[in-house]
Amino acid sequence: MSQDTVDISAHRFTNGKLNLRRYHQAKWDEPVIFELSQTGQRGILVPEVEQGIRDEVGDILATLPEGLRRKQPPALPELGQPQVLRHYVRLSQENLGADLNIDVGQGTCTMKYSPKINDQLASSPKVTELHPLQDAQTVQGILEMMYRFEGILKEISGMSRFSLQPSSGSAAIYTNVSIIRAYHQSRGDADQRDEVITTIFSHPSNAACARTAGFRVITLYPDSDGYPDLEALKAAVSERTAALLITNPEDTGIYDPQIAEFVDVVHEAGGLCCYDQANANGILGITRARDAGFDLCHFNLHKTFSTPHGCGGPGAGAAGASEELARFLPVPVVQYNGERYYLDYDRPDSIGKIGTWYGNASVILKAYAWAMSLGAEGLREVAEIAVLNNNYLLSKILEIPGASAPYAKGRRRIEQVRYSWQELAEETGVHSEEIGLRAADFGVHYWTSHHPFVVPEPCTLEPTESYSKDELDEYAGILAHVAKEARLDPKMVRTAPHNSTIHTVDHDTLDDPARWAVTWRAYLKKIGRTGNS
Amino acid sequence: MCRLGLIVNPIAGIGGRVGLKGSDGGEIQRRALELGAEPQASGRAVQALERLRSVPRLGLITYPGEMGETAARISGFEPTVIGSISSGATTAQDTMEAAREMKRQDIDLLLFAGGDGTARDIYRAIGEELPALGIPAGVKIHSAVYAANPASAGNLAALYLQGRVTSLQEAEVMDIDEEAFRSGIVSAKLYGYLKIPFRTSLVQSQKMASIGGSGSLTAIAEDIVERMETGCLYIVGPGTTTRAIAVELGLDKTLLGVDVFRVGDSDERSNKGGRLVQGDANEAELLELLDMDGHQAKIIVTLIGGQGFIFGRGNQQISPRVIRAVGGRLSSGDGAIKPWANILVVGTREKLYALGSKPLRVDTGDPALDERLSGYVTVVTGYHERAVRKVSA
Repeated sequence: MSQDTVDISAHRFTNGKLNLRRYHQAKWDEPVIFELSQTGQRGILVPEVEQGIRDEVGDILATLPEGLRRKQPPALPELGQPQVLRHYVRLSQENLGADLNIDVGQGTCTMKYSPKINDQLASSPKVTELHPLQDAQTVQGILEMMYRFEGILKEISGMSRFSLQPSSGSAAIYTNVSIIRAYHQSRGDADQRDEVITTIFSHPSNAACARTAGFRVITLYPDSDGYPDLEALKAAVSERTAALLITNPEDTGIYDPQIAEFVDVVHEAGGLCCYDQANANGILGITRARDAGFDLCHFNLHKTFSTPHGCGGPGAGAAGASEELARFLPVPVVQYNGERYYLDYDRPDSIGKIGTWYGNASVILKAYAWAMSLGAEGLREVAEIAVLNNNYLLSKILEIPGASAPYAKGRRRIEQVRYSWQELAEETGVHSEEIGLRAADFGVHYWTSHHPFVVPEPCTLEPTESYSKDELDEYAGILAHVAKEARLDPKMVRTAPHNSTIHTVDHDTLDDPARWAVTWRAYLKKIGRTGNS
Repeated sequence: MCRLGLIVNPIAGIGGRVGLKGSDGGEIQRRALELGAEPQASGRAVQALERLRSVPRLGLITYPGEMGETAARISGFEPTVIGSISSGATTAQDTMEAAREMKRQDIDLLLFAGGDGTARDIYRAIGEELPALGIPAGVKIHSAVYAANPASAGNLAALYLQGRVTSLQEAEVMDIDEEAFRSGIVSAKLYGYLKIPFRTSLVQSQKMASIGGSGSLTAIAEDIVERMETGCLYIVGPGTTTRAIAVELGLDKTLLGVDVFRVGDSDERSNKGGRLVQGDANEAELLELLDMDGHQAKIIVTLIGGQGFIFGRGNQQISPRVIRAVGGRLSSGDGAIKPWANILVVGTREKLYALGSKPLRVDTGDPALDERLSGYVTVVTGYHERAVRKVSA
């Protein structure tokens, strides 16, 4: 066969139609790193200290108080560098990370591409060698970056000031809840205003942070069309209302067309309004929290602003306040006096600190670099493409018999959709979770959404701006294939995954703290061995 | 080796397609057959059993012929058949006898196909001693012991038998009076609870499991007890959520009935110092108590069943007169009764989730009162946690 006759795309397309991948996940049967330990193995041999220095310094450990000295050396695994490298590369191959799969299945988490160049920038010694206790004079660059990034967030939201100190989205929401309490304290009615109102499809951190801060929480359910219920809000507000904490669009992807009325009703009752912008990816450059009358808002930098999520690196949240509430923001804030940047601690009304130091500087730098690389028009284009991608995927998913998008029938969504497989489950007995396990056989991640489980047999897809049309077609094609299998060969779906490393996970065990072992040492203890054996 | 019991009530659902609103009673069953009704239950059981074929080393124990054996064999099982029946003339007695025999056979789970009447018979025979699960096949399904459809029942049973689901929860056995229903009166009664497998991961993440279950009942109870008022009379409706309040007060609760409590001061309350004024009270007794007692009174009720009823299902003792009498004590200056002011509605988040955006329902039998109760109500869902839900008549 000559090279000319080989159609290298034949395995990818049949009659112009995309074929499903013949995927199989790597399985290495790799032990836990502690089990690979060989006594005496080393990754690095640290040179012995020279005799002259040794004579001069004496026994360093002797200077440590007795109570600080270890009785035994730490039980760390002993391995050479190549063994460590192979171990972690193998584990990474048993994963379905964001760099590997079409990661639209983790809806509400805004899984988008985190440009590698921004990681490189943040890994530069210019950043990593900084110390938070350095004099402000010697860290003018990083302070300038924070000040400028705050300026970008102010422009996007219309708020007057931001704190970049919170190290997660929830920490930023907690910051805002603390500001709400401080505001009512300053007016002398904090004891009376102890209720926070939210909606059932708002980011669940709203209710959680309010409760953590000691507020009572009132949750509104949607009206019969699936929109946040303005009449329910009117029934809920009173002289006890401290604030409304609301996400818009909600986790259903539905935008609340009456959001300004919501703000008015709460303001009229004397409460504050806090806009949770965990779902900001579809509204960048299009709507602004402050313009809708909100007093506070927050962003998740590891969602909307592309910095890696959770295990990929530390998170960061940004809490924003109106001019009236800016005085309550955490200390310090970065100020500029026309000549130099400095850390301002002289803020008597501040709620204090919400995290250590000034925030996760390297994460903020990645977000800043991302925003600067796009510019104002680019940020708006992010939102437009994210919305376009989502509504394209919505139309593809709704073509699959048995799939539906509950609420707001016939309306488009913003940047994500909470789907339901209830019809398919009723017809075939195959549940959403099983669809996800089968989808893994084609190399994509899928999850059944986080709580609340109001939508039956749920899944939430959020295709952001980072995925191409071909990738969305592939993802929708996989779900269409699995739905078809559920009818024709349900056993195939219900015994999935078949091409993955682990077959099924026993949820009841995962739910039972008595059976958890979160560290190697805890595991050894549980099976009756000691740490050093 | 796991052992599954199967009971099919062969006449369940027979009255449905011919419009007889139920299948209880020999006369109705004869009429249904005359009208051309065909038995449905066995076919429904087959749909569930098909989901169980993949369970390894499954032993199926069932009753003869149309009470399970036929469905089992159609589904490809070689069942162990126990007991004897008079084919074509089985009754509720057969269902109960079969359930009792299954209990003696030491099975892991009892799967039964039927409707509300069947659930009652099963409950009478086994109570909460044996895990059970219903395959919906009847005309009336008000009981929460039934899966949404036969396939779901089969799946859940398979997961339970394989140890992939281990939690059990109490689910309501409800029934309405068919005679009354045929003349247009809905009168639902709570008969008891069966223990059914509860698949948290079906709709819940791992996060949920830790905050659901009995923990949320305790949280609701702590919230209610914290704000109970000294001297106030509390009329407490049936249910497991309201039972948790009684437990918090150190009292026994009539699970299926309405009890009246009173509490002392807050110290006494925190030491489980509730007092039972009247157990299992009927309407007349409630009215008498309200009449005698000059104190304020409040009603505490939970949502019953899967349909979101606050009043009119399982708690008819709390009648329109009782609700008016309690609400009337708080009539505002203009004389208008504010019915919800003295009614505390409790319910777990899971119950509210299951209703989606459907409104809660009231059906007190007094349309004018139902109209007044329509609007929005606050439901206590946890400690210092509330939900605002729409209420419709």
